[in-house]
Amino acid sequence: MESRAVVWQAPVTKILAAFFLTILTLAAVAAVQPARASASASLCLPSANNSCITSTVRSDSGVIAGAEVRVTGPGGVDETLTTDEAGKFSLSVTETGEYTLVLVPESLDESLTVTNGSVTLNVPRMNRVRAPVFGVRTADYSATTSFSDQLINGAFSGLRLGLLLALASIGLSLIYGTTGLSNFAHAEQVTLGGMLGYLFVNQWGLGLLVGAPLVLIAAGFTGWFQDRVLWMPLRRRGLGLAQMMIVTIGLSLTLQYVYQFFIGASTVKVLVFNPTPQSLGPISYTYPDLIAMAVSVVVISLVGYALLRTRVGRATRAVSDNPALASASGIDVDRVIRLVWIVATTLAGLSGLLYSLVIQRGMRWDSGMQILLLLFAAVTLGGLGTAFGALIGALIIGMVVELTPVLGAPGDLKYASALLILILLLMVRPQGLLGRAERVG
Amino acid sequence: MSLTEDLTTGSDKEQADRTSRNKLLYAAGGLVAFLVALALLSHVPGSTGQIAASMLRVAIQPQTAALAVAVIGLNIHFGYTGLLNMGQAGFMMLGAYGFSIAIWKGQPMIVGILAGFAAAFVFALLLGIPTLKLRGDYLAIVTISAAEILRYTGRLAKLENFTGAAQGIPGSQYRGPFADLSFLPQDTNWTFPFTKLTYPLTGTDDWWTRLVAWLVVALCSYFVFLLARSPWGRLLRGVREDEDAIRSLGKNVFAVKMQALIIGGLFGALGGIIFILPSSMQPDAMGRNLTFFAWTALLLGGAATVFGPVLGSILFFSVRIFLQGITDAVLPSGLMNTQQTEQFAWICIGVMLMLIVIFRPQGLVGDKRELRFNV
Repeated sequence: MESRAVVWQAPVTKILAAFFLTILTLAAVAAVQPARASASASLCLPSANNSCITSTVRSDSGVIAGAEVRVTGPGGVDETLTTDEAGKFSLSVTETGEYTLVLVPESLDESLTVTNGSVTLNVPRMNRVRAPVFGVRTADYSATTSFSDQLINGAFSGLRLGLLLALASIGLSLIYGTTGLSNFAHAEQVTLGGMLGYLFVNQWGLGLLVGAPLVLIAAGFTGWFQDRVLWMPLRRRGLGLAQMMIVTIGLSLTLQYVYQFFIGASTVKVLVFNPTPQSLGPISYTYPDLIAMAVSVVVISLVGYALLRTRVGRATRAVSDNPALASASGIDVDRVIRLVWIVATTLAGLSGLLYSLVIQRGMRWDSGMQILLLLFAAVTLGGLGTAFGALIGALIIGMVVELTPVLGAPGDLKYASALLILILLLMVRPQGLLGRAERVG
Repeated sequence: MSLTEDLTTGSDKEQADRTSRNKLLYAAGGLVAFLVALALLSHVPGSTGQIAASMLRVAIQPQTAALAVAVIGLNIHFGYTGLLNMGQAGFMMLGAYGFSIAIWKGQPMIVGILAGFAAAFVFALLLGIPTLKLRGDYLAIVTISAAEILRYTGRLAKLENFTGAAQGIPGSQYRGPFADLSFLPQDTNWTFPFTKLTYPLTGTDDWWTRLVAWLVVALCSYFVFLLARSPWGRLLRGVREDEDAIRSLGKNVFAVKMQALIIGGLFGALGGIIFILPSSMQPDAMGRNLTFFAWTALLLGGAATVFGPVLGSILFFSVRIFLQGITDAVLPSGLMNTQQTEQFAWICIGVMLMLIVIFRPQGLVGDKRELRFNV
């Protein structure tokens, strides 16, 4: 037993070290970007006594300098702000309540049309930053985005979403593969990534460089802890899988309300930044997007490599295949499952952190729950329990979600379309894309 | 009540019947005692009285009855047949939409009820065909997904003239025909003797709705009682315990599961109709969490029992109010604000669900032997 434990430790540490090193490097790059952006925007800092309303006025062709914004609100606030050369404006407010911001059309160039010139926002309490978004278009806006351009841009967004979904769904799939458990609380692990990011980076001011690895360590710890105090004892007791699944639902409910307990209904942000959109042909992107995608690709490749080439990975696949046989051939099944939980929750935490940084620009208590079904769709689409299937499934689901609005369906239905595809696929190929054709049930 | 017992000799069976009848009597007696105790406590001055009064209020509110009906349906799915339906809220929503839209568009009430049932019937067929031949968790994933698709679709801004979009349909648009059926006087307040429960006899949130809702619960429970004792009910339990054994007896397992899914789904639709009667039709009120509440109530009361769903639903609502009231009263006010005590109560509900499944999977009145199955 002892010698095997040593053999076990080595690759695990190596993988984990490589994993964190990569994140660290990439996070370092990421940390530079917002710092540059925030240098010119430090006009208002939220504190216990004030909140900030700050944003950038921009059209599809770039930022707009010299635009006037009239702010009215409680306590007799009535001010007209002018945007600086970076298109930014900001206002410090000292009273809670509803503020109305109106973009003064006369202050804009005549070639611009205002699509959304009035925003009402609520400042619930002090020490907040609110960022209203105005809609301004150049006259030739609709002419410049042809259908094929939209399609390409949609595919890019789809890839971005797909990669982040893949991070989380690989973990979900590994857990399913090794234990047979459909973990409904996995979504809360994704939310946890964003929440911890908010706590470490935004609240404690640790910076992304230190904060991100801490988030991953904390997320991984929750996986270890869960398996130690909950799942392993339940496996030992021989609790049925259906019952275990209901336990995950209980856990999911509990965690959702724990998040609500601490942050209420608000959206928390890991970083308050407003990255400048760049464009490459029809694709519009920001640097954080690219970094997030690069991190995902690297981490997914690492996991893939580990699964295929390392002893641990081979053991994991063996347990997925047949736990009893794996156990009989000397694999410590409990240890593999413990590791799978750690990796799965770490990946989910990373996914949540990146998701809140680049896709949703923040995290709500139910943000994870919103993508849970996409995760399940991805995992089932690829074949329950196959890690590579989850990757492919996630990419497909990401694409479908982002391309549905482009192809003419109402934007509200973009999540529904992914689920519909799942149901249709189950009718023709119930084992999923990469699943083995066997009798399931 | 399990299969093996059905095969045992007469005297054993009588014995088992007597035990389960005794259990039912104890549970029903306990529930009545619980409600009476709440009614008495609500006269105690101070926060004890207030908590007891609001617990009693939610214990008999129409939404509790609605959840109970939906849970009775879920009990047919999970308790008797072993189907993991994670989309009961979707069935409820279809019933509610069918009912409210039909009446809103000027149809009589019976058409509304039938429309709700028809929608749930079709939904069950659509879900069952691809999944009932597969392993249990496929049904879970597909039902929860499909219920969410329904909610997204109901919320669509483009359907505003049909479903009322995210705002839903106000109760005033569909409550009329139901209130007209009432033989109780209009707009007269009435207090239940010895309690502090005062509602109009007929109006919004009235005694009439409560009366009908609980009558429906009683009828549904009786129906399930008959179903469970019938040969068909034994077939359901057989599918739950060992699908292959039932298949080898020449039964069509797929058809049996489909029948169970449809019947349970119709109960869900009925629950949905009752759910919206006192309030309004809002798609977001029937999301995933409502399904999860139904599961908590079912497991709390006891799956595969006739009385479990009713007991579970009543306790689910009143325990939450109890937890919230107690935290509000005991903790110094600076520690948690009112919202946080509410969330704290929900956290306890989540933990409770986990603990029940782990330590008492049979719930309060269930039989542990009935829940050995694994899907």
